Amino acid sequence: MRTDPRGGPVARPRSAKTPYRRIRTPHYSPVMVLEFRDSGIYCPSGDFYIDPWRPVGRALITHGHADHARPGHGRYLATEAAAPVMRHRLGGLAIETIAYGETRSIGGATVSFHPAGHVPGSAQIRVEHRGELWVVSGDYKTTPDSLSEPWEPVRCHAFITECTFGLPVFDWRPEAELAAGLNDWWRACAADGRHAVIGAYALGKAQRVMTMVDASIGPILTHGAVENTNEVLRAQGIPLPATTRVTPETDLKALTGALVVAPPSALAGPWLRRFGAVSTGIASGWMALRGVRRRRAADRGFVISDHADWKGLDAAIRETGATRVFATHGYTATFRQWLEEQGYEAAIVETEYEGESLDAPEPEELPA
Amino acid sequence: MNRFAALFTALDQTTKTGAKTAALAAYFRDAPEDDRLWTIALLSGRRPKRTVTATRLAEWAAAKAGLPDWLFRASYDVVGDLAETIHLVLPPPREASDRSLSDWIGDIRALSRAEESEKRAFVESAWDRLAGTERFVFNKLITGGFRVGVSQKLMTRALAEATEIPEAELAHRLMGDWTPETTSYAVLIEAPDPEASLSRPYPFCLAYGVEGGPETLGPAEDWLAEWKWDGIRGQLILRGGQHHLWSRGEELMTHRFPELARAMDFLPEGTVIDGEVLAWDAATARPMSFAALQKRIGRKTVPKTLLREAPAILYAYDLLEQDGADLRTLPLVERRARLQAMLAGLPPEAPILLSPLVDHSDWEELATLRAGARDMGAEGLMLKRKTSPYHVGRKKGDWYKWKLDPLTIDAVMVYAQAGHGRRANLYTDFTFAVAKGNELVPFTKAYSGLTDAEFRKITAWVRRNTLARFGPVRQVPPEQVFEIGFEGIQESTRHKSGVALRFPRMLRWRHDKRADEIDTHEHLLEMLAQYG
Repeated sequence: MRTDPRGGPVARPRSAKTPYRRIRTPHYSPVMVLEFRDSGIYCPSGDFYIDPWRPVGRALITHGHADHARPGHGRYLATEAAAPVMRHRLGGLAIETIAYGETRSIGGATVSFHPAGHVPGSAQIRVEHRGELWVVSGDYKTTPDSLSEPWEPVRCHAFITECTFGLPVFDWRPEAELAAGLNDWWRACAADGRHAVIGAYALGKAQRVMTMVDASIGPILTHGAVENTNEVLRAQGIPLPATTRVTPETDLKALTGALVVAPPSALAGPWLRRFGAVSTGIASGWMALRGVRRRRAADRGFVISDHADWKGLDAAIRETGATRVFATHGYTATFRQWLEEQGYEAAIVETEYEGESLDAPEPEELPA
Repeated sequence: MNRFAALFTALDQTTKTGAKTAALAAYFRDAPEDDRLWTIALLSGRRPKRTVTATRLAEWAAAKAGLPDWLFRASYDVVGDLAETIHLVLPPPREASDRSLSDWIGDIRALSRAEESEKRAFVESAWDRLAGTERFVFNKLITGGFRVGVSQKLMTRALAEATEIPEAELAHRLMGDWTPETTSYAVLIEAPDPEASLSRPYPFCLAYGVEGGPETLGPAEDWLAEWKWDGIRGQLILRGGQHHLWSRGEELMTHRFPELARAMDFLPEGTVIDGEVLAWDAATARPMSFAALQKRIGRKTVPKTLLREAPAILYAYDLLEQDGADLRTLPLVERRARLQAMLAGLPPEAPILLSPLVDHSDWEELATLRAGARDMGAEGLMLKRKTSPYHVGRKKGDWYKWKLDPLTIDAVMVYAQAGHGRRANLYTDFTFAVAKGNELVPFTKAYSGLTDAEFRKITAWVRRNTLARFGPVRQVPPEQVFEIGFEGIQESTRHKSGVALRFPRMLRWRHDKRADEIDTHEHLLEMLAQYG
């Protein structure tokens, strides 16, 4: 057995079934292609950050969700498909764009962006420096859906991963089964003359729900926050079914049996009252837990997530061939222990990413 | 079990009581009688005996799912429910089963005499044969914990709808210590046997809290006031030469409080009294603190020293049955007069005393008296309308509890831990400290009292402000101040602070206070001296 300079055996994956060979670091080197700093994940050789949470000079952004794409940086680099939503959300930003798979040199580093399967335009960012390959995966989902560019494994030495749903209790059902669940519910509501109101994140989840369902069941109505995102995505050529923005003038009586798509927060507020008799549902990976489902007090919980489930995380990490894994957000302590048992060199990195935070308060709600 | 699982899903998927009642009533109309009986039993807290330990179930499930035990435990910590955790980690089933709820329960009960290997084989084959909610329900049955957000009252209402038997009558028939093993649907619901009902208590009449001031209740002269004692609400039944003592949670406590056997020597047959079981200090003629009574809770047999140190009595509030006749529809003042006459002139060794009325001429006077409740060893006042019948359960309008405001202290949060179950992705369990010079002394945990929105805010703050992690616990900077409310304070040698609080909870998040404005450890000790 080969040993590393510290004298310990080099960890090997325990599972003999893995079809992927680990990429070995050419010679054991402590090269830190990326460093974990107070402002975010930093690349010293290229002098840039990835998804920083404090204002920095140059930021590479994995995707447009608020905990990854924040305002106040000097320069931005994102995929062509992620940029429009970022411009919309963060104002008239100067965003440089890059195609999936295109390589670009920044200082002494070479970077490229690869699909993460999370939301439209979401990317894993691959950074190479002196032959050492690191990948920051941002948020990702390994199973394909009807909307996002499907996730692609990227071979690397070190992989920086989320683990929002990094427990074996999270096990997603196939997309067709999820769609059938939504359709059955919508049909039953329509038959009762009620609106089916579904709470889903305005970017990504909402559009995925719209493209999953059978639009022949009835009209699809949207909350303003969802429709604003729809407009941006349609303008960049992403096909979405026809939707109607709900305004005070919308004649809801003429539209019974609609599917209403709104951000989860709207389900708790006065916005819902205009619809009269409704059945409410929430689309989130957290709905796998009965306790969370009950706390949200929605009629139905649909276990639909844009993050990888337990098996997805496990398979994704295996496919990268990485020997070092850094867990950023989620059940990090448990996940690290699991990774170590599987033979990886694993560590937890404190970040300010939130994953699928069903309960994320609006920024103005935060205590001073 | 398909049908019961469908009922469970219907109950679980709605928060509207109307929809729940309808789903239950439909089930009671046409499910097989044995399943109906078990459903009534499960929804009134009567569960099949545990025949497999939780530890074994967890081990078998982890092995079947191919997980190390520690990872299964970590998952259980987050989910907060063993039955659900098992259900979530197991691979999908391979077959289907059309066996009924009572069939499955029969199998689970039969396991009590089985070898461990047989138990394991049965449980694993059940996991292979039960799909979706059925498997979760099976796990619930075998782990013995069954909660679906259906109160006994709601269940009784649905049963009344389905059977057209009046709700109050059904509520009474469902009281007592029956189990599906000792009765049948026909005997319990349709044709009650009077012999079987000798030990059966009446449904307890419950009170709402006073909202706003008592002035909203109308003239004070319409109301009787009595002290709200801090003991165990109980119903003493003397019938057929036997006595039974029931708790409000319908637990039989007869053998835990053997002192009350002597009631038979002093009171006539056919008597039922509602009162408070208290540890009694005969020398001062006052109840002892709840801590004294607490030593006797959970003990099936009572050692002699404890009988001497904390002798129990029933402090009587109400008379529900006299000479075998149900008095519950009489006005309260009439029942009270009869109770008083019955207890008048009992010798001092009788284990039943009359809980005194609190005389008053107006609300203002009562408010003053209430302020002194803690000195009496009481939690506040009970207000009961003089004309009120003894209701079944909680009815608005006739009985109110007017509790003292809790004791309070301002403290700073020092540790936070994620909740589980309903609160799996939120930080909800906090440790609080008071100041002692430049030090902080942790003195209590609290995990209730905030709104969901506040828990979301504090969760976001904890995530951003973690100083250190100790397993699931995060240390946070001592910055967030909370007003902690509690019902009592006791000396404790197990806690570094030297005190233990009763029912601590967060009353308010004091955004207006800084950490250097919190209360001191000295103040806490003063409270101990005054109220401990």
